[in-house]
Amino acid sequence: MFSLAVFFQSFGPLFWAARYTLLISVLGIGLGVVIGTLICAARLSPYPPLRRFAAIWVSFLRGVPLLVQLLVFYYALPVIGLDVPAMVAAVVTVGICASAYISEIWRGAIAALPKGQAEAAVAIGMTPVDVWTRVILPQAVTLSLPALINELILLVKASSLVSVVGILEITRASQAQAATTFRPLEVYIAAACIYLLINLCLAALGRYLEHRTAV
Amino acid sequence: MEWSVLQQYGPSLLKGFGNTILCWALGTVFGMALGLVIALIQRYAPRWVTWIVQAYIEVIRGTPFLVQLFVLYYGGPLVGLRLDALPAGLLGLTIYGSPYFAEIFRSGFRAVPDGQIEAARAIGMSESDIVRRILLPLGLVSALPALVNFSIILTKETVILSIITVPELLYQVQRMSAETFRYVEANLVLALFFWGLVETISRVGLRLEARITKHLIERT
Repeated sequence: MFSLAVFFQSFGPLFWAARYTLLISVLGIGLGVVIGTLICAARLSPYPPLRRFAAIWVSFLRGVPLLVQLLVFYYALPVIGLDVPAMVAAVVTVGICASAYISEIWRGAIAALPKGQAEAAVAIGMTPVDVWTRVILPQAVTLSLPALINELILLVKASSLVSVVGILEITRASQAQAATTFRPLEVYIAAACIYLLINLCLAALGRYLEHRTAV
Repeated sequence: MEWSVLQQYGPSLLKGFGNTILCWALGTVFGMALGLVIALIQRYAPRWVTWIVQAYIEVIRGTPFLVQLFVLYYGGPLVGLRLDALPAGLLGLTIYGSPYFAEIFRSGFRAVPDGQIEAARAIGMSESDIVRRILLPLGLVSALPALVNFSIILTKETVILSIITVPELLYQVQRMSAETFRYVEANLVLALFFWGLVETISRVGLRLEARITKHLIERT
């Protein structure tokens, strides 16, 4: 029935492929933080066109399934003359998609800060730049760390979708493994175990950060 | 984009959209039902049962939906579970959604003030009456925003079913673009379509939610 030999043998290649899952998720969240910060700044800026642009950005990326976004990018980039490797397209898509969620995380964290903090900073004569870099952002970043870890967990799971554009991460590797061993059940359960392992570690990290930054 | 193509593929696209809505609606309803059962088990079952249920929640929430579908659809036959793509997809959506719904119900139940339940117990209501008349009505109202939110998230998950060949909208669009070589346009239109769909559903959801809660605020 359930072949334990196949189950344990598939861990080798799948762990090897897990590098790409982690690479895509980590680069994706990095890119997401950079773009998300810009989008959040645009969202909070006093200029209506910028605000509207950011609102549309967030609404579009949260309203379209990631799989469809991946396909659009994958097929559209060569058409507009950007012939990038699939890996780059995947990281960029995942990062752009994450940016929408991350900008909302920032916005929530900034909104959660008591208004008096910024007012007090202004009252003692801090410049707007100082107010942001010394009062608002350090606190907002601490507040949103658990949410960012949560987003990273979501990205690890979402990265399974890039298998459809041919990147050899855990899911794609397990498809290949299932095809050669004819034992899909064992192989896919092994893949699920690896994802679970990664995510349980990340969840533990999240709890630790939450505990450490709790006031 | 050649619009005449749409005329030719219209029926299959429409059928795909029908399947998308079907999967979403049934997946949401079944997932919610299973989630409610799980939440009630978490609350009333003996310790060791809640541990098993908690492990189920962690496993489903910690693994990608796509991998769950692969286990079910390609791994299932090895243990005698032979399903067509569509039923497998529905079962997959139900299983995938259930732990999230369960957590939503659990926090909804937690929002019911203890005093209400103690008062019900004090006037001699049976435990099943308390669940039916106090816990569920009050808990569901506070869970409503999160329920609506997660149901909207599930619309987007239905496209993943195309990978295990469930003939829903993305699957039909992929087939169309493979036959007409119009990958860019087809996927772009699909993206815009989903954007509109999700925006519409969330607007409707918000309005529905406001109406239901307003009614209750007036009464209490």
